[in-house]
Amino acid sequence: MSNPLELREVSVAYDGPPVVRNVSLDLEVGTIGCFIGPSGCGKSTLLRAIAGFEPVQHGEIWLDGRRVAAPGFSLPPESRRVGMVFQDFALFPHLSVAGNLAVGIRKLPQRDRRDRVATLLKLVDLTQCADLYPHQLSGGMQQRVALARALAPRPTVLLLDEPFSSIDTTLREQLAHEVRAVLLREGVTAVLVTHDQLEAFAVADRIGVLAKGELRQWDSALELYQNPADPFVAGFIGQGVILPCSTLPPRQVMTELGKADTLHAHGLAPGTAMEVLIRPDDLIDDPTAPCRATVIERSFRGDAYLYGLRLASGNRVLALIPSQREYRLGETIGLRLVERKLAAFAPQHVSG
Amino acid sequence: MVARVGTLPTTESRGSHGPRPASSIERGSRLWTLGGVALALLLATPVLVILGFLLLPGSGSWEHLAATVLPVYVANSLLLTLGVAIGTLIIGVGTAWLTSMCRFPGRRIFEWALLLPMAMPAYIIAYTYTGMLDFAGPVQTWLRALTGWGYGDYWFPEVRSLGGAVAMLTLVLYPYVYLLTRAAFLAQSLCVLEVSRALGNGPWRTFFQVALPLARPGIVAGVSLALMETLADYGTVQYFGVQTFTTGIFRTWYGLGDPVGAAQLSSLLLGFVLVLITLERFSRRRGRYHQTSQRERPIHRYQLGGRRAWAAVALCALPVALGFVIPATQLGAWALTIAHTAYDARFLELVLNSLGLAAAAAMLALLPALLLGYGKRLHPTRPLRAAARIAGLGYAIPSTIIAIGVIIPLAWFDNTLDAWLRASFQVSSGLLLSGTLAALLLAYVTRFLAVSLQTVDAGLGKIRPSLDDAGRSLGLVPTQVLWRIHIPLLRGSLLTALLLVFVDVLKELPATLILRPFNFNTLAVRAFELASDERLADSAPAALTIVLAGLLPVILLSRYITRSRHVQPT
Amino acid sequence: MKSHFRSLTIAIVMTSFIPVAPTLAADEEVNVYSSRKEELIKPLFDRFTEQTGITVNLVTAKAGALLERLQREGANSPADLLITVDAGNLHRAKAAGVTQPMRSDTLTEAVPESYRDPQGHWVGLTVRARPILYVKDKVDPASLSTYEALADPAFKDSICIRSSDNIYNQSLVASMIATHGVEATETWAKGLVANLARSPKGGDRDQIKAAAAGECSLAIANTYYLAGMLTGESENDRKTAEQLAVFWPNQDGRGAHVNVSGAALTAAAKNQEAAIALVEFLANPESQAWYAETNGEYPVRTDVPPSQTLAAWGEFKADSLNLARLGELNAEAVKLMDRAGWR
Repeated sequence: MSNPLELREVSVAYDGPPVVRNVSLDLEVGTIGCFIGPSGCGKSTLLRAIAGFEPVQHGEIWLDGRRVAAPGFSLPPESRRVGMVFQDFALFPHLSVAGNLAVGIRKLPQRDRRDRVATLLKLVDLTQCADLYPHQLSGGMQQRVALARALAPRPTVLLLDEPFSSIDTTLREQLAHEVRAVLLREGVTAVLVTHDQLEAFAVADRIGVLAKGELRQWDSALELYQNPADPFVAGFIGQGVILPCSTLPPRQVMTELGKADTLHAHGLAPGTAMEVLIRPDDLIDDPTAPCRATVIERSFRGDAYLYGLRLASGNRVLALIPSQREYRLGETIGLRLVERKLAAFAPQHVSG
Repeated sequence: MVARVGTLPTTESRGSHGPRPASSIERGSRLWTLGGVALALLLATPVLVILGFLLLPGSGSWEHLAATVLPVYVANSLLLTLGVAIGTLIIGVGTAWLTSMCRFPGRRIFEWALLLPMAMPAYIIAYTYTGMLDFAGPVQTWLRALTGWGYGDYWFPEVRSLGGAVAMLTLVLYPYVYLLTRAAFLAQSLCVLEVSRALGNGPWRTFFQVALPLARPGIVAGVSLALMETLADYGTVQYFGVQTFTTGIFRTWYGLGDPVGAAQLSSLLLGFVLVLITLERFSRRRGRYHQTSQRERPIHRYQLGGRRAWAAVALCALPVALGFVIPATQLGAWALTIAHTAYDARFLELVLNSLGLAAAAAMLALLPALLLGYGKRLHPTRPLRAAARIAGLGYAIPSTIIAIGVIIPLAWFDNTLDAWLRASFQVSSGLLLSGTLAALLLAYVTRFLAVSLQTVDAGLGKIRPSLDDAGRSLGLVPTQVLWRIHIPLLRGSLLTALLLVFVDVLKELPATLILRPFNFNTLAVRAFELASDERLADSAPAALTIVLAGLLPVILLSRYITRSRHVQPT
Repeated sequence: MKSHFRSLTIAIVMTSFIPVAPTLAADEEVNVYSSRKEELIKPLFDRFTEQTGITVNLVTAKAGALLERLQREGANSPADLLITVDAGNLHRAKAAGVTQPMRSDTLTEAVPESYRDPQGHWVGLTVRARPILYVKDKVDPASLSTYEALADPAFKDSICIRSSDNIYNQSLVASMIATHGVEATETWAKGLVANLARSPKGGDRDQIKAAAAGECSLAIANTYYLAGMLTGESENDRKTAEQLAVFWPNQDGRGAHVNVSGAALTAAAKNQEAAIALVEFLANPESQAWYAETNGEYPVRTDVPPSQTLAAWGEFKADSLNLARLGELNAEAVKLMDRAGWR
């Protein structure tokens, strides 16, 4: 069976150079994907191309085994069976909540339509609000209406464009979990666009990192964190710093903080310059360690402190150290790497 | 699941910057563009016919005009436009702000009363004020009787002057600015205004720095309607002896018998309007004016107290009194003197003709406005936008010229068809369209399309594009989006467009005069024939009835706008 | 809503194609394009219909626009008659080729030659004069003589006259050109403009009112405006008009400037007989008397006396210039007035 969503080397351009370049990916049934990246990276454009609001310049988009877009061909949005939740929710102000929900299923017999609306209202916990109008609802409630409205016609793929950006930060993560729960209950395949990685982690099974219109990596959250494809992904997902290092055979590198294993064989001659990603939890304080570092920043994280440290070379690293041991600013401590394979990159990578 | 990460765009995709192959989206866009352009050109035919005269060899009166009167026409037209722009801006925006954002005694009455002068045709208010304020009129005569002054002993403002024309036109045209600006103020998200207050701006700064710029599309639409109406005005300036482009066009066509010279003047006038429009578009090309906030609450109006409240009352009462109450009272007084003969069955026929014509024209002008406005929203292609702009140009052209532009192509069509039928089938169709109400309606639509186009555009502009996308993604095809989402949301704008054109047609004179079928009279025709024969009192019943017939839609309009505020925040 | 819109639209479009003019030729009818206001001619038409059973269909509009419509409609034009004021307009219609000769001995007999087109394309139906009106209390009529003398600096700031947009002034100036040539007339026009008490505005009645109110002592206006004010219902107007008297200029020379309102038979006329019957009716003594009484115009017939009001101003010598000349010189007159700064 074909995947609900497949992109094959998709490029999208407005009048100038492509905004999205050569993106390929698959999304399996029932999974929730997410495009993440800094603003202007093309993630929303890609979403709009999937929805049918932008034609593709190159490549193909397949929805549920049906080719919906190719150069010179674009199935209109209304024929694609995609649902969309908009950043501003785009609720129809002249229709009640129930009326909004019914727009996409107006072809169903009246009874089925009523049942479906009732089910969805229950799903998003808005049964009492059926007859209210959008402007009478809070932001979170509007968001849930928008979600239910998009789900009503049982779309092949549900697209969510920055769905939480107009919600209070305090509510965002909770809402994100709620949305994930709703999506899972409906068994719907979805793609979310966001610039907030916590949102992405909370909702998505697969996350795609976009930079300058290119899909840099398409993976699970854990893989992105532990095994970033390039320094841009490394820097964008989670915390950490990139340090210079030189290769040691066969899959080791030497850094200022000592030797470390790399995730993959680098296949380079010994002594070649590389870069390595060091996460805060890759470091541990050790009075006996040869590498010394000075504390320049410190922030409390509950069970641990996140320290900013300056190495002898002047490079700065981050270290997460349990709060039982407390160092003061300006103090010099010993620092070493934990036993863990690190992600290393050839230095010619230009970080996005 | 395999991550396939493309890194570099292929040369192929990079190299295709040229015209993209036709996709189904572009086919739709081409269809809309072609249809829209065809429709716009059809409706702009009268304008294009007039411009077509430019291609004919002139009879030399152009040199004569340039050497003698043209500088006067230019100067007077510029001063007139400038004066009316300033006047309508101050009165229209000022009263719109007061009635929508402040609380003071009588505000609810002023909300609709401020629209009343809209029902007053410019030439009628001009006749009325002249009758009242002229040297021989009752006011000055009374003044002389009171003081014993004679001619030359005192100074009294001259009504029949450029300043008088500015005043008359301002008084009847400011409601356009008031109407559209007020709608814009009412649609403004309170949040934005509150943010401004929270940032430490006082009400005045908030007004000038936030509310005014946000309401700009509405203000500009209102002022440009007023200015185009000003440039097209003939009755007032002619009566006041102010030589403008419009009087010059008439003089050249009929006095010098030179239609080419007249067309050249007309196109100069159009060029003037185009420059204005372009300047305006250029200046706001960066801004977007959709409301972004979702949450809106009823406006909390500033409570005005004491002296400020009375100042607000005075500011609102003045234009209503000058633009409506005083002239209407004078008309009423005149009408009373001949009431015993004026109202009969023939008068009723005039009323019905006027109302029917105005209603039909309003409907007819709305449909193309909706199609063009919506077409532009779906496919903002350059040809479509240009076509819509051309279709709206008729508003700045004097009605008589439009009428000639209607007569020429229709008579050509009729005669060509007739000749062909005679030659092929030995039957004659005679004049099929010329001299029918269809010709008259075409003239009205050409002339007033700008009004409905502007109103519909402004309304569509307030609907966030994401609503269109939402509709499409829910399976609605574009026409369904129009019927199910836009039309309901546009109800207010559509009603406004209908009523504005209705009132305009009710007042329209020159095109009605020349294009109407035999034995078909309207209130405006009757009022004008008598007034231009200098029988002001006899013309009063018809004039007063135009005003009264225009009142109902005007009041409806105001009520609707006020109410819509609470129903649908878009 | 959709279906409402649609059916309403269809209804509007359908009905608008139904010509309102009765085109069924069952009854005899005459179709008239008139630049004379309905109020001034409809009563006579009604009487004509009563007597003959012929229906008269009427459209009124400005002369220039009507002429344009006639020209464009060409051979299919429904109009049989063009009725308009000023010989200039009648001449222009003839020159445009939209008229044809009327063959009617009745008309030839009734209308003096100078008020008819030589080829019979149009006939005058009423005569109006454009004399000088003076304020009785201020002006000694002995100081007045001719139109030409109005350019004399002695009349500085004393004259009221309407704008040069008006065809009556254009014809007056055309008659001056016919007599004196362009150059002399331009000098005269400049002198006249220099003597104006105020920049031209309003209609003829406004000039009369301004003179009565003291803004000027002389006004140039058509006779029927003064007559209308004298016989109208408004007491105010009557009192105003009574302050002025008529002075007939150029009595020792070519005579006072006169003009006509008249009718022309269109080239496309389909109801020629009925149309000529209507013109003959308008020229019969009864109609002429009605015109004289109601409109304050001079009858075109010599055998019908003017109204009492007009008779009180005395008999006068009228300019015998063939009125067709006024039409020929119209454009020249307009340009001349532009150059002279006559607004």
